[in-house]
Amino acid sequence: MSGTIVDPRMAAARAAPKRRLRLSWSDPLFRAIVWQVVIIGLAVLLAWYLIGNTNRNLAARHIATGFAFLGRVAGIPIGESLIPYNPAVDTFGRALLIGVLNTLEVSAIGIVAATIIGTLVGIGRLSGNWLLARLTGFYVETVRDIPLLLQLLFWYALLHNLPQPRQSLRVGDAVFLSNRGLKLPLLNWEPAHGWALLALVAGAVGTVLWNRHVRRRQEATGIRSPVWPVALSLLIGLPLAVWALLGAPLSWDMPALRGFNFQGGGTISPEFFALLLGLVVYTAAYIAEVVRSGIQAVSLGQREAGSALGLHRGTILRRIVLPQALRVIIPPLTSQYLNLTKNSSLAVAIGFQDVVSIANTTLNQTGQAIEGIAYIMAVYLTISLSISAFMNWYNNHVALVGR
Amino acid sequence: MSGARTIDEGEFTSMKFARSLYLCVLMFSLSLTTVQPASAQGSGSATLDAIRARGQLLCGTAGTTPGFSLPDSQGVMRGLDADSCRAVAAAATGDANKVKFVPTTTQNRFTALQSGEVDMLSRGTTWTLGREGNLGLEFAWVNYYDGTGFLVKKSAGVKSAKELDGATVCVAPGSTTELADADFFRINNIKFTPILIQDVSELQGAFLSGRCDAYSTDASALATFRFSQGPKAEELVLLPDIISKEPLGLVVRKSDDKWFDIVRWTFIAMITAEEKGITSKNVDSFMDSKEPDIRRLLGLEGDMGKALGLDNKWAYNIIKQVGNFGEMWDRSITPMGVPRGINNLWTKGGLQYAPPIR
Ligand SMILES: N[C@@H](CCC(=O)N[C@@H](CS)C(=O)NCC(=O)O)C(=O)O
Repeated sequence: MSGTIVDPRMAAARAAPKRRLRLSWSDPLFRAIVWQVVIIGLAVLLAWYLIGNTNRNLAARHIATGFAFLGRVAGIPIGESLIPYNPAVDTFGRALLIGVLNTLEVSAIGIVAATIIGTLVGIGRLSGNWLLARLTGFYVETVRDIPLLLQLLFWYALLHNLPQPRQSLRVGDAVFLSNRGLKLPLLNWEPAHGWALLALVAGAVGTVLWNRHVRRRQEATGIRSPVWPVALSLLIGLPLAVWALLGAPLSWDMPALRGFNFQGGGTISPEFFALLLGLVVYTAAYIAEVVRSGIQAVSLGQREAGSALGLHRGTILRRIVLPQALRVIIPPLTSQYLNLTKNSSLAVAIGFQDVVSIANTTLNQTGQAIEGIAYIMAVYLTISLSISAFMNWYNNHVALVGR
Repeated sequence: MSGARTIDEGEFTSMKFARSLYLCVLMFSLSLTTVQPASAQGSGSATLDAIRARGQLLCGTAGTTPGFSLPDSQGVMRGLDADSCRAVAAAATGDANKVKFVPTTTQNRFTALQSGEVDMLSRGTTWTLGREGNLGLEFAWVNYYDGTGFLVKKSAGVKSAKELDGATVCVAPGSTTELADADFFRINNIKFTPILIQDVSELQGAFLSGRCDAYSTDASALATFRFSQGPKAEELVLLPDIISKEPLGLVVRKSDDKWFDIVRWTFIAMITAEEKGITSKNVDSFMDSKEPDIRRLLGLEGDMGKALGLDNKWAYNIIKQVGNFGEMWDRSITPMGVPRGINNLWTKGGLQYAPPIR
């Protein structure tokens, strides 16, 4: 890797010679510093002027400013929320937080689903199966050619055509699909479930440790012990045992049609689902192309070497091609993740209350447009930088390590 | 939507584009322009000077609401809100046709006005303290005294809004309606799920397709929307409950008092004309009237127009070209089957009362 000095004796010779800064225009270092100070100074002055002038204008136009509205009672109704919300007592700050959580929810699920589908489609396009390759190719080409907003409106209109609640499609008395969304039974949460969840986490950690142990032993001794029995007992057996020991409580909150609508149970709303569907279908097509190009970037010789060793096709893909393709895939994949997150703001068109939707309503009710827009920008900037930071970390993690 | 006009995808996208454009314009205009005192020359109203220089009034309308503002089959904007713009144009420029109708949504209307994108709003905007106190705007007059109502499908069998427990309600985000609904359901200890969609035709589509049990907005807009459904109107019921006060007004920016006066007195002139029985048809026959009130109104004496920075024929132009307040109502609202009610003159049990022009 760069920066690694091979021969310590060379170190002194390689380091740039130390030299003193001369306060003279003929010194390039001095010139560089002066220019940077001047440019930063100008930028600060410009920002100062713009902010000051904006404030003067807002004052002259009698427009309220500041973020005090965040603490004011919101009064705006919100359709779906991951945390409790009551418009009569909760603040605009909380309403905006709900918007951020809704954005994160749809983006996170969307990223996972689009990655899985995109990877499968990308591999499918390279398949030797003529039909599979053509079908996936058709999907990718069509979906990328239609504007996302249109696709969202299409999915939303399609979901509107589901039957009315009374005529909903149902699985027994538990699951109902209607134009009000998908209604599912919800587990009534008990402490035992919390402990079982904790056991699951412990089991997952145990599995990772066991897996590492097995690999070390294989590398050292060549003996490979099976992973699955241990993993299964840790991941399923342990949580089940904990839950059973605590009395195995199990009761469901069932959705039931009462009056206009289903009461009880959990809901996946048509707005959420249409947005998720639209984002996943659209982004998966791009991810498929990223995956395809990544796979094709791995030289054919690698595959051929794999088959020469008598490896199974699937094994070649999983063990030889994909790990190398990943290095090519990750940077463009990151920008797809960023796109998906930002595209989720089209939610306003179909009534899903993401951060843009709630911030729009807030700035409308309070009249504080600049603060509202600044809030939206700060939220997207934070989410985008976090995704980039994580993907860069992951990219470094899978990058070729110079040995 | 009615057959006359549907919002297509391109238009929708461009509306969204326009929305972000408004915000950009607002940000830029606020950050780059310098504060200007009202100019010493000219009319004393920066807005009026700009309209005269431009030769056009920029009037923010909805463009989606039958009876209020909706283009007819020839593309001419029709309705009470549209004619309200024309009346102001007649006063300001002498020609009721010197108006450009700028489409605004429930969400972007205030930024459009604040940024100077439009000179005034005439789009069913409720007069509230918050909007005058925080937004730097003020309401010059009320052209429709309204209230929030609910439209439901007849098949739901609902007779009163209090029976809407558990219902899903379609509402425009950023409206006073969403606040009124939240209050109403809370006070009555019942629950509702709001569906908030920015684009009005998408919102109405969600209601018609059955995604929502009720569509809630100003009762006037509900009545005209129901009417515009043609034969299907029979399947829709406007519930009798009116759950809030929604005085829909004409809105201007706060920093131009002269312009505020012009918009306000335009409506007072139209109501005065109705009180006196002066219409677009018979106004010329009043030009030899001996009644001082009428002579001042029509600019025959008193220099009332000059006081506003206008031509003394300002009110004559309004009445001749647009008509009096009742004519405006009868042209747009009466055909929709909505009774005049509290929007009548005070002498007929309504709320419209014109302070004296003198
Ligand atoms: N009066 C409400 C307006 C509600 C509103 O804008 N409603 C939608 C319809 S759901 C609209 O576009 N109305 C157009 C109009 O009233 O002309 C407010 O001021 O907030």
